[in-house]
Amino acid sequence: MASKKIRRSIGDNIADVLIYAFIALVAIVCIIPFIHVAAMSISGDADVYANNVFLIPKHLNLNAYRTVLGDPSMMHSLVFTVILTVVFTILGMMVTIFSAYALSRPKLKGRHVLSTIFLMTMYFSAGTIPDYMLMDTLNLLDTAAVLVLPLIFSAYNMIILRTFMQNSIPDSLIEAAELDGCDDFRILFQVVLPLSKSVLATLALFYAVGRWNSFTDALYFIQSDTLKPLQLKLYNLVNASGSTGALAQEAGGGQQQAAEVVKSATIMFATLPIVIIYPFVQKYFVTGVMIGAVKG
Amino acid sequence: MKKEKTVTEKTVKKKDGKGIAFYLKRDWQLYVLLLIPFLLVIIFKFLPLAGLSIAFLDYKPIKGFAGSEFIGLEVFEKVFKSRDFYIALKNTLLLNILDLLVGFPAPVILAILLNEIRCKWFKRTTQTILYLPHFLSWVIIAGLAYQLFAPLSGYVNVLITRMGGNTIPFLTEKYHWVVMYVLIGVWQGMGWGTIIYLAAITGIDAELYEAATVDGAGRWRKIWNITLPCLKSTIIVMLIMSLGRIMGSSLERPYTLSNPMVTQFSDVIATYVYRVGLQNSQYNVATAVGFFQSLVGVVLVLIADRVAKLMGEDGIV
Repeated sequence: MASKKIRRSIGDNIADVLIYAFIALVAIVCIIPFIHVAAMSISGDADVYANNVFLIPKHLNLNAYRTVLGDPSMMHSLVFTVILTVVFTILGMMVTIFSAYALSRPKLKGRHVLSTIFLMTMYFSAGTIPDYMLMDTLNLLDTAAVLVLPLIFSAYNMIILRTFMQNSIPDSLIEAAELDGCDDFRILFQVVLPLSKSVLATLALFYAVGRWNSFTDALYFIQSDTLKPLQLKLYNLVNASGSTGALAQEAGGGQQQAAEVVKSATIMFATLPIVIIYPFVQKYFVTGVMIGAVKG
Repeated sequence: MKKEKTVTEKTVKKKDGKGIAFYLKRDWQLYVLLLIPFLLVIIFKFLPLAGLSIAFLDYKPIKGFAGSEFIGLEVFEKVFKSRDFYIALKNTLLLNILDLLVGFPAPVILAILLNEIRCKWFKRTTQTILYLPHFLSWVIIAGLAYQLFAPLSGYVNVLITRMGGNTIPFLTEKYHWVVMYVLIGVWQGMGWGTIIYLAAITGIDAELYEAATVDGAGRWRKIWNITLPCLKSTIIVMLIMSLGRIMGSSLERPYTLSNPMVTQFSDVIATYVYRVGLQNSQYNVATAVGFFQSLVGVVLVLIADRVAKLMGEDGIV
């Protein structure tokens, strides 16, 4: 028995080494682009220009960050995007909690029809132009509200929360509260929500990351520079000096390399908030996604 | 005592099949909670459907709805004759199908391999890193990609040149670009995609593995004969859902990764609609294209759902 165990573990060990190596390799591929850009963002212009920086920064300095932070329009955009993200997340959580709770109660008359109306929205959209026309009609074009109102209700998030409320909160608990004379508002705030903390944290993360990262709606609906979220700013910056400009310029060996460092710093600047918050909420969102996956 | 009485009263009344007024009175709080979400859905999801009528009008922004003439399917005829539309349609399908072929199996394989890892901290650390790209915006991903793969200053090409090779136009030649588009998509979604499969693997009865071990099954046999069969239904549902989305097209990924040298492949329906509609103000053409895409999309989702149900799975609608 013992010898058999040892023999098997030799074969297993080889497989183990291969699997660990493969996973490690994939993880390295996932993280290397950041380290590269992070290293460039804190290196000297000349080193970046000479392509001497891969993963280890050279001539360490924070000049690029000073440039980014010293750019008033960038700072304005950062503050605006933070406020936007916070407001969006709070309002999004409110409509998600309200709709999910109401639709999770079996006693609600018309529950099936209402659920269908909400869920239908996952499978169709009128399209870019009808959306644009609507925002125009509602006078929402080029306002901060257009970056909040259309997207705060997410049927997907609502399903996750509703499924959680239906499956993980015992009916008997709610019935007991009802017998004690609690109305629905109190049941929601004093019974259901305190028991839903982990899934609420997940959904808040989804809302916040979603708002922080998206720029399509801003591209469609926003003209004013002051209302442009960070990602759109970043796109304009990276694209202007990046893909389009630089690629054409690189053929002629242009002198726009000095901007590389600032570009790297800007990319890091827009990424850092997520990278910093992310590990702390990771343990929550796995649960959340699994709940969502039950229904799809 | 009084409370109990009202409760029984209510149950009796419910069985009587009372009118809407009764339920509104009893559950008014629930309806109040639903009011704002309901209005949001009606205004921002259903109301725009009225705008689809533009596709049937000779619409000019100055004239507005009332002043525009009804022209039937003329706009659609124009769209289906347009070469640019076919290019966008072809690219949408091409990129989505490639995504499916390469991007779909990746998380399954990765999840199975991750499940083989016993070392807790290693698993936790790699998972944290693997999920990370999912949380990055496409602007940032495109920025990272261009920093690494640009023709001259991109570090990968710098390395290649230093080793005596010729630079590879990763992002500036259209065929290379397609490959990079797909690989970057895998990079972004692979880790996140494992969660659902890891969840399904957790649900597998440990006794199955124990029994197999007793029977002398090795690691690969257990993967092949236990893990994969137990994942089958999850894989099928995910696959069918992906097939239902094959006509879908979001703007951010192709828009941020694209550059003027690869538009022949990077122009998908979303970028086409944006260009024709919002940049060139041909509202009716862009609406018609969007309408066509939505319609096909809904039909595909319904077919996908039906297929899933026929195969005995849960379905998605």
